[in-house]
Amino acid sequence: MLAITAIAIIAMRNILSVVMLGGIYSLISATLFVVLDAVDVAFTEAAVGAGISTVLFLSALAITGKHQALTRKNHIAPLFVVLVTGAGLIYSTSDMPAFGDPQAPIHTHVAPRYIEQSGQEIGIPNIVTSVLASYRSFDTLGEVVVVFTALIAVLLLLGINRGSRRDDL
Amino acid sequence: MSIRRNPVLRESSHLLIPAILLFALYVQFHGDYGPGGGFQAGVIFASAIILYALLHGTRRAEKIIPLKLARTFAALGILIYSFTGILGIILGGNFLNYNVLAHDPIHGQHWGILLIELGVGITVGSVIISIFYAFAKFKK
Repeated sequence: MLAITAIAIIAMRNILSVVMLGGIYSLISATLFVVLDAVDVAFTEAAVGAGISTVLFLSALAITGKHQALTRKNHIAPLFVVLVTGAGLIYSTSDMPAFGDPQAPIHTHVAPRYIEQSGQEIGIPNIVTSVLASYRSFDTLGEVVVVFTALIAVLLLLGINRGSRRDDL
Repeated sequence: MSIRRNPVLRESSHLLIPAILLFALYVQFHGDYGPGGGFQAGVIFASAIILYALLHGTRRAEKIIPLKLARTFAALGILIYSFTGILGIILGGNFLNYNVLAHDPIHGQHWGILLIELGVGITVGSVIISIFYAFAKFKK
């Protein structure tokens, strides 16, 4: 399903349909995350990927245009980069531990401590929240600052204060 | 835009928007017990405002949440987050150590997580609302 949607996205020339298919792609990924028991990630993917980013893309389309400009450029170099990167990724997966392997490094490092101790140390049932908000709260602070930086960048680029002298610094 | 004149969409949005806002608050404060947290709650809250803005126009949405308020709240969320961390230092722990926030470590952790999730939710929600306004109000 994901592959079919991705191929359809490449084949489409109408950007409006591409944006809609992008939302569908996110929704399918969200169901995939539910199957993998990553409910928090699925939740985020469905809300951000399928919901908000689709709306933001649509409002960006309202500013630009609906059709992709046909280019007659040489596609060999980009194709080469994509093929090499893809081959590298597929090659590196051969070194990964088998799916669900209990001896995999990720299951032997800090995960057992989170699963066994977070009940006593943090005292809340959702381990994802205790990792995200307590054990890894530095990282989460960084993420929030990244989101804020995105806002500053958008406001600078779109110049929302253009014309109002009062807000000029 | 023709969707603004569609009575079915307008009326169903009146039913949906309060439920979406309530669900955002549920996700915000129930993140300790179920899936979700500040990030998702902020996005869901923003999506309710965006739905209103799509159907009733950005101008009417800005009467509820003006751009300036959203921009201020975007910074306020980060400040809540950082001050929770600095409060840990003031009360004798490390930065973002919640154990010292209350009389016993578990309660401190609860308070800390509640506060920083609130900060995350406020920032994410207002950032997305502001970005949407920025796109919707852009004129070439």
